[in-house]
Amino acid sequence: MAQITLVEAVNLALARAMADDPDVVVLGEDVGKDGGVFRATLGLLDKFGSGRVIDTPLAENLIAGMAIGMAAEGLRPVCEIQFSGFAYTTLDQMLNHAGRMRHRTQGRLSCPMVLRTPCGAGIHPPEHHSESPDAMFAHIPGIRVVYPSSPKRAYGLLLAAIRDPDPVVFLEPTRLYRLFKEDVIDNGEALALDACFTLREGTDVTLVTWGAMIHETLQVADELREQGIAAEVIDIATLKPLDFDTILASVARTGRCVVVTEAPRHCSIASEIAATLAEQGLLTLLAPVQRVTAPDVVVPLARLEQHYLPGKQQIIAAVKKTLEFA
Amino acid sequence: MTVAARFEIPYSQFLDPHGKAVAPLPAFAQDPAALILLYRAMVLMRTYDAKAIALQRTGQIGTYASILGKEAVEAGVGAAMQKDDVLLCTYRENGVQIMRGVTMRELLVYWGGDERGSDYSGPRRDFPVCITIASQCLHAVGVAYAIKLHQEPRAAVCMLGDGATSKGDFYESINAAGTWQLPVVFVVTNNQWAISVPRKTQSAAQTLAQKAIAAGFEGVQADGNDVVAVHHAMREALAKARSGGGPTLIEAVTYRLADHTTADDASRYRPPEELAEAWKREPVLRLRNYLSDAGAWNRALEEELLRQSDEQVQAAAQAYLDTPPPPVAQMFDHLYATLPAAYAAQRAALTSAAGKSA
Repeated sequence: MAQITLVEAVNLALARAMADDPDVVVLGEDVGKDGGVFRATLGLLDKFGSGRVIDTPLAENLIAGMAIGMAAEGLRPVCEIQFSGFAYTTLDQMLNHAGRMRHRTQGRLSCPMVLRTPCGAGIHPPEHHSESPDAMFAHIPGIRVVYPSSPKRAYGLLLAAIRDPDPVVFLEPTRLYRLFKEDVIDNGEALALDACFTLREGTDVTLVTWGAMIHETLQVADELREQGIAAEVIDIATLKPLDFDTILASVARTGRCVVVTEAPRHCSIASEIAATLAEQGLLTLLAPVQRVTAPDVVVPLARLEQHYLPGKQQIIAAVKKTLEFA
Repeated sequence: MTVAARFEIPYSQFLDPHGKAVAPLPAFAQDPAALILLYRAMVLMRTYDAKAIALQRTGQIGTYASILGKEAVEAGVGAAMQKDDVLLCTYRENGVQIMRGVTMRELLVYWGGDERGSDYSGPRRDFPVCITIASQCLHAVGVAYAIKLHQEPRAAVCMLGDGATSKGDFYESINAAGTWQLPVVFVVTNNQWAISVPRKTQSAAQTLAQKAIAAGFEGVQADGNDVVAVHHAMREALAKARSGGGPTLIEAVTYRLADHTTADDASRYRPPEELAEAWKREPVLRLRNYLSDAGAWNRALEEELLRQSDEQVQAAAQAYLDTPPPPVAQMFDHLYATLPAAYAAQRAALTSAAGKSA
């Protein structure tokens, strides 16, 4: 067992998957000698060679598209897209081909690929490095979208994503890459791809979130506890398909729900969760569901970043609003 | 000033528009029996094509993309491929697919609006036809990479049109294929028209084949109405790919004798005299003239072939028409390897609603 960061856990899972299965290949820009711009693929080239750790020409659409061809031929490609803003050119391939291949051939061909990309704001990067494309990918039929928020979950969920027989978009919270360490056992055990993680148990309010916002949300839960408010915290982690049962069951106990995301509000996953609670959990609600989201604006550059990302105060205010509702 | 690079694009033609040999035929074409096999395939696909259009005109299949005029490209490519090669083609390559063992019934099932048509009983690893232009080129790179990694003597064959060479997907693909020297052949059917936009509007490049030069591999032009030229170029490209020699781009220069699809009316934008001229160069008559002049073909053989082709096509069409519509659950049943529990209720609701309305 070792204390490692989230990005090191990604690296550990990649190395494990490649050692276990000779058909697993890693491809992307600078994933070879450089070990990836965030070092997620560090050391893989030396261990597995340039045939399986592939520095591609600089073309994200190529990376996703060739992965589809590789997957149909029996490989298990794991793509790295350097930054979330560069992932949008892969949407054509993911939507028109990756998510459809199994269906349109009625199971004759399939597409067991993983598309990894760091995402989210808060590290003061240049433009196009802070996007939250989670809802866009989650809108695509036939794929899975996974977004881990701790080293342990990154390790177990990435192994699951690589072994899954269908395409998986694997979003990694850049802000949490090196924020904290956790004990991770390299035992090759995958986590389930369709279950939420309940990180704190509580009876007064359910806080639902994913990705880097887990960090602030857990801090809020701790602060609320000191005020005598017991918040349950759910990391949904697998955004598509989404385990609504866990959320509905939790809200049935607490009667209150705040959904926290750093993505813009309109058509966000927070909206989907709120709608499902209205549809299937209305009679268990004691207050309207609150959404704490980023505004519907372009992700600002570094100087305004802290005003864009939802903060602890906004989460606390939303919780209070649910508690004060008659 | 010195010259940094020079290049040439060879153009090959063996049979002129009248079916006269204008160059010594390659070895495979010395025996008329081999050419008769190609001819039979071309006649069958033209018969199929006419039937598909008739089925569309009578509302029995959806929109269809005709291969009329492209038979030499289809036969030349299809006959050169081996069973375990992988074909990645567009909606206008049904002729190659027939030669690969996709049944005409399956093709019509697809055009009739049923995904089961792409569950080919023959070439299990061939890709389904690609509708989004040039995006299959990227898949071909991935397929070829996997073949190379597994050190197999196979190749990927990627077919596309002249319009597709304008897309980034194409450029990204040829660039990567050249970088890794992958076992892939890109076959560009230059039929002069991308729906209503002519070849000259797509690119200022003198040939489309020369785009391969920029990607670091060989690009050649072949007379796309001369099946000997297409087949010869294809055999050489595949032999090279299988022996580790890397990719080739073949630009087959032909002409789209049909509308873009059954939903198109080419008379809106295409001069009729251009079409009339193109008919003088068409591929099926050209090969028949050659075979007849060589004493290897005659009216009786022709009539028998037409009768047989018609019989096969009619049987396939009937088999398609006899295929019951897919169950509503089809929408869900191959969406994932195992349908996630989250979608079970949607599946149940839709199949139940369909059951009630049936």
